Parts: sequence; C-alpha cells; structure tokens
Amino acid sequence: MNAQDENRIKQLLKQSLLPVERNAEPEHDLWPAVLRRLDEDAAAPHRTNSFSMPWFDWALLGGVAVFVLSFPVTIPVFLYYL
Amino acid sequence: MTDCARIELGMVPGTMLQRFRDGDLDAFEALFREHQRPVYGWILRMVRNTAAAEDLTVETFWRIHRAHDRFQPEYPFGPWARRIATRVALDWLRAQRPEDELTAEMAGTLPSASEGNPGIAAEIRSKTALAFSRLPPSLRAAAILAVVEEQSHKEVAAALGITVGAVKLRVFRALRLLRKDLEKQGITP
Repeated sequence: MNAQDENRIKQLLKQSLLPVERNAEPEHDLWPAVLRRLDEDAAAPHRTNSFSMPWFDWALLGGVAVFVLSFPVTIPVFLYYL
Repeated sequence: MTDCARIELGMVPGTMLQRFRDGDLDAFEALFREHQRPVYGWILRMVRNTAAAEDLTVETFWRIHRAHDRFQPEYPFGPWARRIATRVALDWLRAQRPEDELTAEMAGTLPSASEGNPGIAAEIRSKTALAFSRLPPSLRAAAILAVVEEQSHKEVAAALGITVGAVKLRVFRALRLLRKDLEKQGITP
C-alpha cells in the first residue's frame, strides 16, 4: 500500500466515522454510580470471607477419602506421590 | 468544585493528590469531578457508544480508586487516568462482536464535531464502518484515535502504553486490513 492509497483510506475512514465532539460529556452525573460501585466493592469481601469450594472439589475429596478408608494400604502410595 | 473551594478545603493540587493516594474519598470526588469529562470523552472516542462510555467511565474510576495506593502524587493524575480508561475501553472492545458494535451511533448519531461528507454514499460509509468494526481491537483503537480523532501519535502511544513507532505500525496495519476488507466487499478506495 503506497502513501496515496493510505491517504485515501484515511479520508474514507474519517468520512465514515465522524470524530466525537471535543466537549462531549455524560448525560448524567456519574458520581452516584461510582459510589454504588465502591459500596459493592466494600461489601464483597464479607461475602467471600466464608470458605467456599466448588462442588466437584468436594466430590473429589469425598471420593479420595472413601478410597483411602476402603484400601488403607494405598496411603503410602498417595503419600509418595504428594 | 471550583479551585477556590478546593483551596478553602485545603485541597491544593499537590495535597489533593497525596490525600487521594491515602484513600481520602473527598479528594477522590474532587479528582472525579475534574477528570470525569475528559475520561468520558476519551472512552467515547474509543468505544463510540454513549451508554457504554458512561458505564466504562464508572468502571474506570472504580479501578482508579482501587489502585489509589499505587498512584504516585509527583506525577499528573490525567495521563494515569487516561491509561486506565484506555485499558477499560480495550477490554470492552475485545468483549464485543463486530455486529454488536456496529450501531447507528458508530457511524452517525454521536455528538460529532462535523457533519459527514454528503459526497460519500451512505452505503460506502456503512460498509467502511462494518469493515472497521471487524479489525482487531488493538488496531482499531490506534486507528480511531490517530486517524479519526486526530490525536497525536505521542498521546496515543502514552495512552496505549506502547511506543510511537508501534502506534504508526498499528495504524498502517489497520488501514491495510481495512483496504483488503473493502476490496472484498467490492469497494475500491
């Protein structure tokens, strides 16, 4: 692509996507929304404080426990691979 | 908040930035009031969707607040906020599909600085906008800021966190891909 092609594409782009007004501003005051977001953020750690684990992790843990209790001789093998 | 009011409250710029860094909400609000419009305008230039630009401005200031203790008060706030806004806008662009982005706003109904050229057929403008929306977000961001919004390469580089050379390369690649796409659509620019 030579410089002439480049300029033509630039012109086409400028005429297709108009530049945004210099002093564009939001239609609403966004400060209340920012405060709400900060409040949600502040509340979030309380929600995550309780220990949570996906159900499949519990299922896997349960399966391993049952297996180990059923076949105690496998315990050294597990310990070896840990 | 006016400069006089800020000074009365002991918020001369240097101390205000320091207070923001220390987590002072009043200082954060003062900075928000001062920088809300330029941050919104910058995001709007990148995403070209007024509703999304408002949401992303809120997201940007939330991230700014979260990162307050990493802010260095000896540096200006504006460019730092703009870098964060750019990352937020790029994340949004990456999450969109081209057909979602091609709204009427994109091609024409945004608060624009000038009217479109009536000499260019609406169909060509629409096909160009569609082809542009299919470009990778990083190329699109560089091209829209440098070509359409006529921001200096230096400013675009600072906002995108890349070199001036990389901005020029991204703009060139964007224009080349755009040309190829238009040719596929039967338009020879």
